[in-house]
Amino acid sequence: MKTLTTNVIPPLQLQEITLTSRLVVGTGKYPDYETMQQALEESGCSAVTVAVRRERLVDDQGRSILDFIDCDKYTILPNTAGCFTAEDAVRVARLGRDLLEQLHNAGSSWVKLEVLGDKTTLLPDPVGTLDACKELVADGFSVMCYSSDDPIMATRIRDAGATCVMPAGSPIGTGRGIANPCAIQLCIELLKNPEHGGDPDYPVIVDAGVGTPSDVTVAMELGADGVLLNTGIAHATDPVQMARAMRLACDAGYYGFRSGRIPRKLHATASSPWNGSIAGE
Amino acid sequence: MITVNGTSHEYDKEISLKELLIKLKLATSLCAIEVNSELVSHTIRDEFTLQDGDTVEIVSLVGGG
Repeated sequence: MKTLTTNVIPPLQLQEITLTSRLVVGTGKYPDYETMQQALEESGCSAVTVAVRRERLVDDQGRSILDFIDCDKYTILPNTAGCFTAEDAVRVARLGRDLLEQLHNAGSSWVKLEVLGDKTTLLPDPVGTLDACKELVADGFSVMCYSSDDPIMATRIRDAGATCVMPAGSPIGTGRGIANPCAIQLCIELLKNPEHGGDPDYPVIVDAGVGTPSDVTVAMELGADGVLLNTGIAHATDPVQMARAMRLACDAGYYGFRSGRIPRKLHATASSPWNGSIAGE
Repeated sequence: MITVNGTSHEYDKEISLKELLIKLKLATSLCAIEVNSELVSHTIRDEFTLQDGDTVEIVSLVGGG
């Protein structure tokens, strides 16, 4: 039996980017920048996502979000949130790259790709996602690709050149957790198991829908390499404390997956020996 | 007339992107720029001259997931 003798979880390597934490945390929807800053710190994350927008260059006090994100500490991953076509996603990705190049940040050649299907579900448009992924990969981007939890789609995205696939636990911002654990498990199986053409080192990060720390743990127990979340922390009553809980939950799931859980069984098996019991004799 | 982030601006002479940013008080802000839906790299802003009728998008980073 292989025993984990260290309490330091190895970093997740995404090409040249080393994620010292397996949580990637979004920077949206916090009550204020100070809370966001503390929550990011408490989450232990080393990569954060941001959006590209033409409004709100500064807040009402003249402050930018970058005043509260240490660009030397965090890898900044621009997203294409809000895009409903491949064409728009590619435009936004290029704008994000230009911004990050000015910051000399490691995330400058990266994009968290989202091409959404509609505003009600915020579910990904698979055709648009695939088209944008191909174009961005051809343009030199490392693509972290948001997807549904469809296992076949996950393999198509990998085959299109995505650096990692990020299947949704449940729709963005719903807090419903891992709605279909079997689908996530199949995504991981097809992407990582050599018997199915997978690569054990191919990164799979569960993205979206996380509401509670236990959701993070479930994702990690299924074998995900990491979890990306935003609303579950930002909209918690106490975002900073929730960020800490998410960090611990991620660690718990990481160790849990590698510890070999017991099989589920129909019938009970006693933990205490029957022999020597004075009951019922 | 030049449209910047959806708003029309009239300038009496041709201006560069650099000059536009100065006029908009964004010269020192981190931003990326598209002209007519094409990215204009930050490395060539100074020499990029806008034409009448151009549509400019100026964006920056905000919180997002």
